Amino acid sequence: MIVAGCDVGSLTAKVVIMDNGNILSAPVIRAKTRPEESAKEVMDMALSEADISMDAIKYCIGTGYGRKQIPFADEVISEITCHGKGAYWFLPTVRTIIDIGGQDAKAIKVDENGNVIRYVYNDKCASGTGRFLEIMADTMEIKLEDMGKISLSSNSPVSISNQCTVFAETEVISLVNDDKEIPDIVSGLHRAMAHRVASLVKGIGVETDVIMSGGVAKNVGMYTALSEVLGVQIKKTKVDPQINGALGAALLAQEALRSRPSV
Amino acid sequence: MIVAGCDVGSLTAKVVIMNDGKILASPVIRSKPRPEESAKEVMDMALSKAGLSMDAIEYCIGTGYGRAKIPFVDDVISEIACHGKGAQFLLPTARTVIDIGGQDCKTMKIDRIGKLVKFITNDKCAAGTGRFLEVMAKVLGVRLEDLGALSARARAPVTLASTCTVWAQAEVIRNLNEGKSIEDIGASVNEAMAKRVAILANSVGVEKDVYMTGGVTKNIGVVKSLERLLGVKIKKSRVDPQVAGALGAAVFAKERLEGRAI
Repeated sequence: MIVAGCDVGSLTAKVVIMDNGNILSAPVIRAKTRPEESAKEVMDMALSEADISMDAIKYCIGTGYGRKQIPFADEVISEITCHGKGAYWFLPTVRTIIDIGGQDAKAIKVDENGNVIRYVYNDKCASGTGRFLEIMADTMEIKLEDMGKISLSSNSPVSISNQCTVFAETEVISLVNDDKEIPDIVSGLHRAMAHRVASLVKGIGVETDVIMSGGVAKNVGMYTALSEVLGVQIKKTKVDPQINGALGAALLAQEALRSRPSV
Repeated sequence: MIVAGCDVGSLTAKVVIMNDGKILASPVIRSKPRPEESAKEVMDMALSKAGLSMDAIEYCIGTGYGRAKIPFVDDVISEIACHGKGAQFLLPTARTVIDIGGQDCKTMKIDRIGKLVKFITNDKCAAGTGRFLEVMAKVLGVRLEDLGALSARARAPVTLASTCTVWAQAEVIRNLNEGKSIEDIGASVNEAMAKRVAILANSVGVEKDVYMTGGVTKNIGVVKSLERLLGVKIKKSRVDPQVAGALGAAVFAKERLEGRAI
């Protein structure tokens, strides 16, 4: 029984194709201008990696910011439910999921069966989302994906006093001009961002186990900073943290097929 | 009768020297690490501008964050009280003062004798500060001083849904890519700015006369939008409310000397 989940986010699009609980392919691409284009392109990639055709997919669930524009989805489900499902699948002891994407941050609480009990999210303020780190990486002329590694060599992280992305950017420029070490600035930014995310997560209460998903979860510095600020050891996802939503969508597709009487 | 007020804040220090209600000097300096140093330096500057020596000052009141460390004051008064007093001296009919600077936005409400009733400030978020307009002008490729005039020339202003400067910037870029006119987008920028300021102003309660101070008074689009949103006519003032605290302290010093109760 082959199913798929397709998650079209603001910055990336992902597809997970599963066959009886095994992941066949899970590509991630940068989102195009139009969500339908992103969906088609990432699905084509997933199909070719899994070496199957579109007809082989028995059920497909769409999720994410652009979910309504996915042409081949049989059903759409909110990313909150999908993230809960995905995380629970590889870590049944998970109770809190912190998903930080390019344009938002969510904290999701699930019960012992993986059902979403509470959630909270921020998409109003860029601070505390992936965009914050992206802007800072640009300002310091370093690569976003290198930030985690760079922060590891910091001995004394600077303290960033501004929360607002715009004001913090100016602060970073002054810090660079004051010859502060880049690793110390990057590490300070991770801490600042961790505090922002932590205040969101505390809104629903932190219960272990905690995992992080979304693109920002690929940043090892954010793992450490957020673990420190929350006072818990955040666990690593067993799959690419960016595909968690698409994985949940594929799992929900599988459930949908199983619960349907066969025709 | 020569009096002085000295306001030592965390970022700047100010002194106002007055002679019979007339301002002789009102310098502003960046604060030094130690408040006593800031106080001495800004006072020396004020004295030299006014052509006076310290002996000429008959009474001096200190205020601000570092007021307890000012060596030459006769008394200290809280900065809140001094700010209200100073604002009332500068703008006697003002009951609400909206001051929008490059990095913050403050709204203060005062009563007829200059008592500060309420005060609210936003310096945490760039939205609703001059910085928001600066960022947008850059994206639109217009000069900051030309942004205000765009509102009047707009035909079909777009609406910006985001409050956050970062997200609103992305919206502006999207609108530009969709071929919307600079005027229509500029108008939406001014409107978004005014909306944010109106929320802050309404939270202290807006009472006439409403005065606006600070650099953003030059943006006619923001002023007009704000007038519409608040339902009042706004009076613009070129006074620099930065010295209101030191000025209020000087006014209190004068009242002390005159034997008036505070």
